[in-house]
Amino acid sequence: MNLTLKVWRQPDTNSEGNFETYKANDVSEDMSFLEMLDTVNENLIEDGVEPVAFDHDCREGICGMCSLFINGRPHGPLHGVTTCQLHMRSFKDGDEIVIEPWRANAFPVIKDLVVDRTSFERIQQAGAYISVNTGAAGDANQIPVPKNDADESFAAATCIGCGACVAACKNSSAMLFVGAKVSQFALLPQGQPEREKRVLAMVNQMDEEGFGACTNTGACSAECPKEIPLSVITRLNREYLRASLTSKD
Amino acid sequence: MKLDAKIPAGPLAEKWSKHKFNLKLVNPANKRKYTVIVVGTGLAGASAAASLAELGYNVKAFCYQDSPRRAHSIAAQGGINAAKNYQNDGDSVYRLFYDTIKGGDYRAREANVYRLAEVSANIIDQCVAQGVPFAREYGGLLDNRSFGGVQVQRTFYAAGQTGQQLLLGAYSALNRQIALGTVKMYNRHEMLDIVNVGGKTRGIIARNLITGEIERHSGHAVLLATGGYGNVFFLSTNAMGSNVTAAWKAHKKGAFFGNPCFTQIHPTCIPVSGEHQSKLTLMSESLRNDGRIWVPAKTEDAQAIQNGTKRGNDIPEEDRDYYLERRYPSFGNLVPRDVASRAAKERCDAGFGVNRTGQAVFLDYTFAINRYGNQEVNRLNLQDADEEKVKELGIAVVKEKYGNLFDMYKQITGDDPYQTPMKIYPAVHYTMGGLWVDYNLMTTLEGCYALGEANFSDHGANRLGASALMQGLADGYFVIPYTIGDYLADDIRTGAIPTNSPEFDEAEKAVIDRIQFFMNNKGTKSVDFFHKRLGKIMWDKCGMARNAQGLQEAIEEIKALRAEFWQDVRVPGNAESFNPELDKAGRVADFLELGELMCHDALHRNESCGGHFREEYQTEEGEALRDDTNFAYVAAWEYKGEEKPVLHKEELVFENVKLTQRSYK
Ligand SMILES: Cc1cc2nc3c(=O)[nH]c(=O)nc-3n(C[C@H](O)[C@H](O)[C@H](O)COP(=O)(O)OP(=O)(O)OC[C@H]3O[C@@H](n4cnc5c(N)ncnc54)[C@H](O)[C@@H]3O)c2cc1C
Ligand code: SF4
Ligand code: FES
Repeated sequence: MNLTLKVWRQPDTNSEGNFETYKANDVSEDMSFLEMLDTVNENLIEDGVEPVAFDHDCREGICGMCSLFINGRPHGPLHGVTTCQLHMRSFKDGDEIVIEPWRANAFPVIKDLVVDRTSFERIQQAGAYISVNTGAAGDANQIPVPKNDADESFAAATCIGCGACVAACKNSSAMLFVGAKVSQFALLPQGQPEREKRVLAMVNQMDEEGFGACTNTGACSAECPKEIPLSVITRLNREYLRASLTSKD
Repeated sequence: MKLDAKIPAGPLAEKWSKHKFNLKLVNPANKRKYTVIVVGTGLAGASAAASLAELGYNVKAFCYQDSPRRAHSIAAQGGINAAKNYQNDGDSVYRLFYDTIKGGDYRAREANVYRLAEVSANIIDQCVAQGVPFAREYGGLLDNRSFGGVQVQRTFYAAGQTGQQLLLGAYSALNRQIALGTVKMYNRHEMLDIVNVGGKTRGIIARNLITGEIERHSGHAVLLATGGYGNVFFLSTNAMGSNVTAAWKAHKKGAFFGNPCFTQIHPTCIPVSGEHQSKLTLMSESLRNDGRIWVPAKTEDAQAIQNGTKRGNDIPEEDRDYYLERRYPSFGNLVPRDVASRAAKERCDAGFGVNRTGQAVFLDYTFAINRYGNQEVNRLNLQDADEEKVKELGIAVVKEKYGNLFDMYKQITGDDPYQTPMKIYPAVHYTMGGLWVDYNLMTTLEGCYALGEANFSDHGANRLGASALMQGLADGYFVIPYTIGDYLADDIRTGAIPTNSPEFDEAEKAVIDRIQFFMNNKGTKSVDFFHKRLGKIMWDKCGMARNAQGLQEAIEEIKALRAEFWQDVRVPGNAESFNPELDKAGRVADFLELGELMCHDALHRNESCGGHFREEYQTEEGEALRDDTNFAYVAAWEYKGEEKPVLHKEELVFENVKLTQRSYK
């Protein structure tokens, strides 16, 4: 199939960006979206044009590095799929595809389609951990964890930290991401001692980074490649309220 | 130089305890006078950085991704081994040790492997305490599954995302230290050289991948936890950025490279679909627990499948060849990876492959779905369930265990694996080879350590499933925190290491010169153009089967390709900003040197062992034929520039296990 791409190009954070149009010809439906971009880039290099920069690494939907806004949707048209797992059989001959970076104040563009997500790092540094030094742990089976809690905690922990939830949200809210992190720990017995402190610190950091407020539109969960449910936001709100009322810090 | 592995004396089971006691300590107040550089934040690097910082050392940690959590460990699927014996099925430290030594085809050090088995249980304890949500049983206790080459259930897992969960655990420990200021984290930084001062490794040169700035970082010791080099084959299950650069730079400055040719080709990966292919995707080995592998027994059926006139489901039961179960009745589909991969290649080479290219075999879940469905019917007491209901219930169980893998398969191939058998083929997955290290994980460069997949240590010639995660975390959480103190204790009067020494000048200049070369070269071909060609040479001649003639040819071809690369590579953009093509160019330049070393190593090892299969050395049944008299050693290669690398041997002494022909029949 032959496609027309409109790609956001921006030399660096401080420059203005604009769309450029490129042709992608002879695209096979077995290609992944990023392999399609690889071939476009190969051609650009041959023509002496700087290739389009985009983030990617594992190319199997788990590292959370890839982050393209495709035809107005983070990670493209499919539900529950990252950009790197999107394959060209989801497109048809003659399609025009618009490719943009995540757009959010807390994710400044580094170059072209690459953004800076270190705001997510700082939120996690604020409290997304259990303070246990190496070597200090007791036997792993000492504390049984009900299977349902463990499963739910795991489901929250499958968040890949990609930022699609923020990109999908008209307010650029990071509540789904933070909710997933807070839920993972809140659901486990090991997470209890720091439960209040954790949620307060992480929410505080989230606000400081300039993420927007949540107005319950649900776009985040609908576009999340790992299908993190909206219930993590409900839990986050509950945890936050509970902590605000009971915290002794 | 004589290699000294520093293996402690004494009985196997006491070596590590005694050694820990004999190691020198650094007192808590003095630890903050030291800086340790940790390159890489996968399981090995993140666990090491966090643990060292907890002890009080200052740590500087580096990774090339935008977050430590994105290291390729995140992609590990199936699980992590530990000798917990929670299943009461006869597991023990000794059995885990024995399975691993045997699985590695007797080319690993006894003492290291025993230590690995010994600390394995602590790893699970540590991870659970960090909040890693492992799979559990209804009673709330941890669940296990089995993996290849083993007859007990000792693998802990978190659905098909075990690596992700373990890495998030180590990352959370790392984050805690970053917040405390004991770890300074450098994301989007790539180490481009190592700096030795006065015979000791004292720092690195790194490039800030966003700004292009070249930075000098000094420390009292440097830990390389930079992962494996499978991407030398271009196509592999590794992440796109996985590279050998850090290890290779250390090698060129004096660190010996151990067993570089020991590569693991994983039997269950999604087959190549075309020329555009940029990487290969693993389907976790855990799928062999429940899936059955087969090809048609009749050539005409195989041909019909290849040309699309028949599908797997059309082949009646009696015309299928479950070749692993046929050849290896006692281990069946759970033979080790090297054995399973070669068996798949053998069937495909004989014309029984099951896709267009004839390079695929079936991995079939029909039976498992049926079995689980019937179990559910019994559990739920549904007497009148029909076939459809059984299937539906069975699919639900399979979904819970392997859902994300099945989804991934469907995404990539467009086929629904719940309805039709999956197609799989072996692909490059892991490198057992790596920087040679002694028992303390120190390379032949004083003060330079290698951890995780980057070292050669524990897996011999073949790694068993679920043991890389174990090794990475063992190295980082439980080995290096002890052994590094012994080295640093003598360094107490050194003080901060200046970065304005001639050694730093020189290393930085070399890095800048190379970058300038790339930017100024008036070449015509992209980096990938060369990388793909290198990959093809490696796969064809230094891949699943090797022979002397092919390896000799490969060495010449790689030399020629390297010359062409330096002449004709084109790197667009500039060096003062974000430039992924420039990053790739540096990595491929190093792969072009490493590839040649791998061929030398494969050529000199006139035996077959584990994943190293020399066609000239096989049993009548086509199994690997080891030569313990002549090759029971680690090949540690010394870099000699343009001259041929020099071989040093570390003889492997087996005091506890008897070397036998591995049998999984
Ligand atoms: C798809 C897949 C599935 C797997 N499944 C399993 C499994 O189920 N069980 C199991 O035991 N093993 C599994 N393995 C193997 C295992 O995941 C790896 O061997 C292990 O995670 C490697 O960890 P590591 O810490 O050594 O390196 P990695 O996790 O690869 O980390 C390397 C780190 O080094 C950094 N780095 C690299 N080069 C540089 C440089 N030049 N400068 C700066 N930083 C650099 C990277 O940024 C990264 O942080 C799997 C592997 C793959 C590919
Ligand atoms: S919640 Fe979903 S969309 Fe948001 S970062 Fe996590 S995986 Fe990405
Ligand atoms: S590249 Fe890793 S999730 Fe897409």
